Amino acid sequence: MRIGILCSRIRVEEKMIFEALDRRGLPYDLLDDRELVLDMGCRSLEYDVILERCINHSRALYALRILEDWGLRCVNSYQVADTCGNKLLTTSALMRARVPSPRTLIAFTPESALKAIETLGYPVVLKPAIGSWGRLLSKINDREAAEAVLEHKEVLGTYHHSIFYIQEYIRKPQRDIRAFVIGDRTIAAIYRQSEHWITNTARGGIASNCPITPELDELCVRAAQAVGGGVLAVDVLEDAERGFLVNEVNYTMEFRNSVGPTGVDIPGRIVDYLVEVAR
Amino acid sequence: MRANCPECDAEIEMKDPLKGEIVSCPECGAELEVIATEPLTLELAPEEEEDWGE
Repeated sequence: MRIGILCSRIRVEEKMIFEALDRRGLPYDLLDDRELVLDMGCRSLEYDVILERCINHSRALYALRILEDWGLRCVNSYQVADTCGNKLLTTSALMRARVPSPRTLIAFTPESALKAIETLGYPVVLKPAIGSWGRLLSKINDREAAEAVLEHKEVLGTYHHSIFYIQEYIRKPQRDIRAFVIGDRTIAAIYRQSEHWITNTARGGIASNCPITPELDELCVRAAQAVGGGVLAVDVLEDAERGFLVNEVNYTMEFRNSVGPTGVDIPGRIVDYLVEVAR
Repeated sequence: MRANCPECDAEIEMKDPLKGEIVSCPECGAELEVIATEPLTLELAPEEEEDWGE
């Protein structure tokens, strides 16, 4: 079996995946996205499956598109990367599949964004459509803050920042849930506890095991399927009245802080899924 | 394997380093990338870009 791993930076997660491959005696090649030259009309790579682990969303997206057009099977797929790499597209896919999610409004100018913010009522959360690790998220508590943030985004941001993704603020219990879905099963889940409203472990959130109830499993699998399915991390908020709400879905998931608390061999399960896809 | 931090010159020891791996200098905290393993060569890691993530 020929396995290719598309990556650049070797994070802890990549090392864990390499170890899982080694344990199974599966050889693999590393395809460094910084060294790749892809001749679009001429397939130059032969693999049974390619695991995408790029740190740059744009490189992942375009490489996956070319590799798939060459006829290679990729985990995750171009379509999944495209949807999950963009919060607007993710939310739209979740809404289409009727997966419960926070109310989200989109606006294209600072003026209409302000109207959207006041429609939702303070506080609201303004997020860049593309971005990760909780970066550049703004919790806006009043009109003055809204005006300031919108002006800054318009002046300082690239055109991406003029797509205003505005979400109701969910008063979650100082934690959220990250659930790992592989194929059609939720294999592990953690609570991410933080005093801060941003709970990402990349920002200091503390991970502990979260029991996978049938309700959580069903919701997370539905969310994963709504974006195209594969190897995915589903972020879930707990709302006092509505219950679980899916906040986002990540397609090159990080799990270094989740193996310990859950006791689940997440990298091993990723490799088992790869083998399944390759067959 | 050992190499020196390009930022503060501290000696850094790594077990089984991989090309592309990121390590923090224990003395100055700089993020370093393994550029080569034979011999172990470290450079300052690239700055985080806007589309980086998971």
